[in-house]
Amino acid sequence: MALRLSCKEASRLISEGMDRHLSVPERIGLRLHVSICDACTKFTSQAAFLRRALKAYPGSDDRDGR
Amino acid sequence: MSAAETPLELEQHRPYLLRFALLQLRDRGAAEDAVQETLLSAIQGASQFAGQSSVRTWLVGILKHKIVDGIRKASRERPLESAEDGGEDLDAFFSEDGHFAEAPQQWASPERSLDERRFFEALERCLESLPRNTARAFTMRELMGMETEEICKELRISTSNCWVMLYRARMSLRACLEQTWFLAGSARNG
Repeated sequence: MALRLSCKEASRLISEGMDRHLSVPERIGLRLHVSICDACTKFTSQAAFLRRALKAYPGSDDRDGR
Repeated sequence: MSAAETPLELEQHRPYLLRFALLQLRDRGAAEDAVQETLLSAIQGASQFAGQSSVRTWLVGILKHKIVDGIRKASRERPLESAEDGGEDLDAFFSEDGHFAEAPQQWASPERSLDERRFFEALERCLESLPRNTARAFTMRELMGMETEEICKELRISTSNCWVMLYRARMSLRACLEQTWFLAGSARNG
């Protein structure tokens, strides 16, 4: 894999990194890209937030109307 | 379970469990069945409750097993299309040179949203807008906490199909929540 990633490649790796171990070249390429890319930095934290949101689902007891 | 956890007290967790089951199964009948079986198992197995977690956590643990059983049964009866899913539709999120067509925006205090009932309703609507199998794979991963290998096995799809589905789900949900919640003035400011 080329070290120079596009956002399209990087965002896919960000997602796959939540589901499998990335190879060392993948991780290096991703780190280089994310360090200079605001959009992929945001995507990383938003994908992590989605994980927390599903963990918290369905939210507090208030939803049961009690 | 302490002696105080009577069937009646377990019953009060039913609406919570039903929401959880519905998000995964997207079928009210199947979700009600899974919850019913969960409460029955809980009553029968009350003595096995270690008391180290909350009753609700214990119930959700039982429910997850019931849901996985249901998914297994359904995938045996009605296997998914096993066509390769290369995620070509995801091209729409990017320009031709590989940049985001619409760059992700800054979200205001996302953690606070987790305290809001309406946020979870927005999340439900966004999940409903996904292709059925994409949503199913995503909730298996993030709601049920299953490993990718298990998900592929249960859905009878290749591992790379699985990764593509989860990627599609994250890209789509991110965009959907941004539009319908974070930038729609629904999220609390600050």
